Order: sequence, then structure tokens, then C-alpha cells
Amino acid sequence: MLILEHLWIIPLLPLLGAAVNGIFAARWPRSAVNAIALGSTGLSFLAALEVVREFLNAEQIPWTRSYFIWIEAGSFRANFALQIDQLTLIMLLVVTGVGWLIHLYSVGYMAGDTGYRRFFSYLNLFMFFMLTLVLAANYVLLFVGWEGVGLCSYLLIGFWFLKKTATDAGNKAFWVNRIGDCGFLLELFLLFRQFGTLDFAPIFHDAAALPVETSGHGVLTAVALLLLAGATGKSAQLPLYVWLPDAMEGPTPVSALIHAATMVAAGVYMVARSHAIFIHAPVAMFAVAVIGCATALFAATIALVQTDIKRTLAYSTISQLGYMFLACGVGAFGAGIFHLMTHAFFKALLFLGAGSVMHAMSGEQDMRRMGGLRRMVPWTYGTMFVGTLAISGTPGFSGFFSKEEILLAARTGPYANPVIYGLGVFTAGLTALYMFRLLFLTFHGAPRFDPKKTHVHESPRVMLAPLVVLALLSLAGGWWAAPHLVGGLNYFDNFVKPVFAAGETSSSTEPYTGSGQLIATVFGPPVIAAFIGFLLAWWLYLRRPETPERLAERFHALYRLLVGKYFIDEFYAAIIIRPLLWVSTNFLWHTVDEETIDGLVNGVAHEAGEVGDRLRHLNSGNTRSYAAWVILGAVVLTTLLAWMVR
Amino acid sequence: MPISYYLALSAVLFGLGVIGFVFKRNIITIFMSIELMLNAVNLAFIAFARALGQLQGQVFVFFVIVVAAAEAAVGLAIVIVIARNRQSLNVERINLLKL
Repeated sequence: MLILEHLWIIPLLPLLGAAVNGIFAARWPRSAVNAIALGSTGLSFLAALEVVREFLNAEQIPWTRSYFIWIEAGSFRANFALQIDQLTLIMLLVVTGVGWLIHLYSVGYMAGDTGYRRFFSYLNLFMFFMLTLVLAANYVLLFVGWEGVGLCSYLLIGFWFLKKTATDAGNKAFWVNRIGDCGFLLELFLLFRQFGTLDFAPIFHDAAALPVETSGHGVLTAVALLLLAGATGKSAQLPLYVWLPDAMEGPTPVSALIHAATMVAAGVYMVARSHAIFIHAPVAMFAVAVIGCATALFAATIALVQTDIKRTLAYSTISQLGYMFLACGVGAFGAGIFHLMTHAFFKALLFLGAGSVMHAMSGEQDMRRMGGLRRMVPWTYGTMFVGTLAISGTPGFSGFFSKEEILLAARTGPYANPVIYGLGVFTAGLTALYMFRLLFLTFHGAPRFDPKKTHVHESPRVMLAPLVVLALLSLAGGWWAAPHLVGGLNYFDNFVKPVFAAGETSSSTEPYTGSGQLIATVFGPPVIAAFIGFLLAWWLYLRRPETPERLAERFHALYRLLVGKYFIDEFYAAIIIRPLLWVSTNFLWHTVDEETIDGLVNGVAHEAGEVGDRLRHLNSGNTRSYAAWVILGAVVLTTLLAWMVR
Repeated sequence: MPISYYLALSAVLFGLGVIGFVFKRNIITIFMSIELMLNAVNLAFIAFARALGQLQGQVFVFFVIVVAAAEAAVGLAIVIVIARNRQSLNVERINLLKL
């Protein structure tokens, strides 16, 4: 029970790494920076593995340890308390494991960057906050991690701070997240008012005792909706998703770690963590499902026409996060977390693969100027192919199992909804379409660049190794659920079931039976939809590469709409940003700040100067006049004293 | 004799000192005016000490005499230096510290 007693070690290691690299390592060689950054996260990962071993023998689940009282005010108390249960365990392994692989990849990817040390310092800091987030045993500590990862996201998006677009994107991410965080904070206040504490265990215990708010009027519904607002900001869901595509301005490993695998999944984690509140608020559940479903579809359609390889993946991430919300919304929290895990594997893989492609192409991101890279970067191609198969839900790959479970819950679960199921299946088809489009445009066909000018080269081994490991995980990461297909147990669901004991009523209670079910699943609608998507991509981008342009001309309006990303950014600019800017400039800046506040301060200073200018003549230089003043003062004081004594 | 007589004399002496200090231009005269004020205060101290039957007032007078002696020594030295540098004892002309 060594690590279980000292859980704080796990987040502390990366924090130390960040501090040492950030403060002391200015003149140290790269090997020292590498050792600190990779060593601290690697040790964290090993500690997480040890936690798994110890946890399986733990007598008390969830395992909670409080280390010190952090805030105490009146009846409010927040401890620095960490907690381990099955859900945390999954997150812990994903964050430290995938995080470490991405650290390793960055050694190769960032090799030529002058901000090498700063990059690893930020990355380690991110790991600290993310681990705090998943380990927290109360909402206050979770909020610390929540804001911390937001800060690191901001720092890393704007990592190349000399680039205007990068700093703008960082600011955008920060502001949009503030809107969501506002909802999160209000939710904290409301929870405290209702339950008198912010610790998970008592809140969920008390919430479970409250009646289900079917009418949609009640404190739990309000809490759940505010929580959802926070989650939409962090997890880039409608309507607050706009920051994530721009976040691709950051270095690619950052996109992989923060904006695909871990941080953006924090919203899903929080919703799953708060399942006890959600299942008592069916209205909020429905809202989660609708937002997830709409986001999945919406982002997938935009991904169809993106030409930037990273932005395509960004919209794909938004779409897949939508799936996770959809899962939570239909009550399949376990499936949502399952998809979170498999998505962390294959999306990290795809992003790192895209980084490897950019590395090979000397920074080119536009897929229209790629093509035919298959033979030049075989390892990158092979691993990205696995990632594409996984995200498309090819039977046998990890994405298949998790997506299948989500859609099954949407079809047959307690919150089943045929419309949501149908749209989910349709989106699965779109997913295959845009992912194979990416693959074909990048790696197949004839090169659309000058091979003589661009020296295409495979990435170094230190970048390929994480790709291979992630490819294996993308293939095998879902096999926990495989026995389920032939009537056995879904080991993943079975593992996390204790956490969702109150809420989990989805697929795991309705196991498939018999081989007929197996065939029905393997060749079920999502797989057929994905196959159609693949065929379409093959037809459009390999067989008849001229068709997409013809289609774009034929359906010009639709094409413009998609390329313009539904003009959501422009819409927000028109109805929110510009009015806000106008009010800020004209009223807050010119009227309030310049005229009122500056006027007041400058006025006081000016008056003081005027008075001083007059009084300065008292200082005549004539000693006797000073004496006269002294005497006058003495006379006045004496008179006053005499008058008072009397 | 009632104490008020002594106090009145003290006040008159002090007032003369003040007037001399403010209106005279010769440093030596100003200096003497200061001594006059100090001695007026001494007189008041003594008068009170006697009227109240306490020793503190008398002790204070000794302090004042000692300080006044020291002040006279330092002050006269300064006056001599000024007189040598300026060939004048007019305070109106001693205004180098003016703003």
C-alpha cells in the first residue's frame, strides 16, 4: 500500500520536473532536460501501474486519502484529498501512459526548437494539473486541475508566441473556456448551497437519495446543466467548440496530448464523475445526448472539406468527443469512458502521425500539396493506417468496440432514442469518409509537390517508437470488450461498473447472446455505414480524383457553407465579439477609463500641484519669517489648548 | 507674592524675545533674543516649582542653562564664521538655502 498511501507522489513528480526544467535547467544540456521531463512522467506512469496492482487488493473502494486541510472558512472546508476508483484508474493510466509516449515523441519533434526546455516544462506542468484533475476527491481540487490544464493549454497553443495567429488562438481558447468555467463555478456554488460540502462522496450519496427530477425543475437539473456548460467549454462541444480548431496553432505533440487525448476529455470525465447528479436529472441527460449527437454530426461534416491535415483531425476530435457526450447522455457512462480511452490511443496516434508527416514535408500542413507519401514514409503510413481503421470502427480495432457500445446504448439503453442512434450511425459513416479522405489525400495517388525541392524523409526512431506503441494500443485497446461479442463479459464495463453502480443500466446488463448476435453486430449499421464511407472516399479521392471538384461546383452553396465552417466564427464575431468590442472601446475604455477614472486621478494630481505651487511661496528663505510661522503656530496651539482645558 | 506676578514677568520677557527675534536683523541681537526667551521660560519653571513645592522645575532649569550655554558656544562660532565670510551680520542676506 505504498503508493496508495502517498498518492500525492503521482502529480508531484511532473510538477517537480516542470519546476526544475523551468527554473534551473537554463544552461543544462538537452540530455539533462530530457532526463528530467521523461523521467518524472515515466516515474509517474510506473507509480500509476503500482497503484493498479495495489488497488486490486485494496480493502476500501473508492480509496480516499486526505493530506491536509486546504481551505477552511465557516462551515466550508476543502481538503487536499485524492481519490482512486476504477474511473480514476483508467484516466490515470491513459494520462500518464499516453502522456509519456508523447513526451518521448516530442524529443524528436521539438529537437530543432529554441524553446525546447520551456516546452517540456509546460508539458510537465500540464501533466501535474491533469493528474490533479483526475485524482481530486472534491470539486474544488478538481477545479484547480481544470483551470490549470486550461492555463497550460493557453501557454502551449501560444507556444510560438512570435506568431500572431498562435497567440490569438491561445487567447481565443482561454476566453471561450472562461465562458464554460463560469458555468462550472456557479455549479460549485449551487452544490455547496444544496449539500453543504463539495466532496464527491457525500454529494453523490445525498444526490442519490433525492427524487428523480422528471419535470426538469429542480436543483439537480440546474447543477447538471451548469456542469454541462463547463464541460462544453473544456471538451469543445457545441456551442463553445470554436477554440479547438484554432488550437492547432500549437506544436503537434500538444495537439495530440492536450487537444485530443487528455485535456479535452476532462469534460467527459467530469460528466461521468458526476453521473449520480445526471441520472437524477433526465432533462440534463437529454441535453447532454443532444449536444453530443449534434456536435458529432456537425464537426464531422466540417471535417469533410478541411484541407489542413491538423484541422481535419481537430474537427474529428470534436466529433469523437461528441460521441462520448452522446454516450453519457444515453446513460452509458462506462461506454463514454471506454471511448475516451480508445480515442486517446488512436487520436494521439493520428496527431503524432500527422506531425510525422509535417516533419517529413518540412512543415507542410496542406493536404492538397501532399499525396503519394506512402512509400516515402512507410512507418508513418502504416501506423496512421491503423489509426484510421480504429477511428472508423473497423471490426477488431479498438474504436469499433467503444463506438459499438455507445450506439448500442443509444439503440437499446434506458435512454434510447432512435433519432440520436440514427445520427450516430450516419456520423460513423462520415467519420470513415473524412478519415480515409485524409489518408488517401496524404499518402496515396501522385505526389502534388515537387519531390526534388521537398526532401521527404522518414522521422527519427524516437518519433516512430511512440507511433508503433500507439498503433498497437489502437488495435488492441478495445479487446477488453471482445468476449462480450460472443456472449461473454465486457471486461471494461465490468471493471468500471462499481463506479456507475447507480447509473449503469446500459449495455452491460443486456449481454449479447449467441453467434447470430455477433454477426448482427459485426455487420451492423455502424459498420455498414463506415464501409460505405470508406467506399465513397475511395471512389472520390482515388478512383475518380476529379469528382470532388465537380461536386463542389454542383453543390456550390453547401460547399461554401462547409468550407466556411457554417460561418459560426463570423456569427459569433457579429453578435458577440463586435458589440462587446464596441462597448469596451467606446464606453469602458474612452468614457469610463479615460474620462472618469483617468480624469479623476489626473484631476487630483493637478489640483495637488496647483496647491503646492501656491504654498511654495511660504518657503521664502528668510529665517525670521519661518520663526514668525513657528510662533504663529505656537500661539494658535496654545490658544486652542487653553480653550479646550477651559 | 502670588505666582501670577512671576508668570506675567515671564510672559513679558518671552514676548520681548519674540519681537526681537522676528524684527531685528542683526544676528547677535537675534541671538540675545533667543537667550531672553530661554530665560523667560526658566523663570516660569522656577515659579511653578516653588508654587507647587516640587523639584522637577528646578532640575529642568539647570538643563536649560546647560543647553543654552552649549548653544551659545556653537551659535557664536557660527556667527563668527558668517561674519568672516560675509562681512555682514544682516540675516536678510543669509538666504542661500532659499528654493
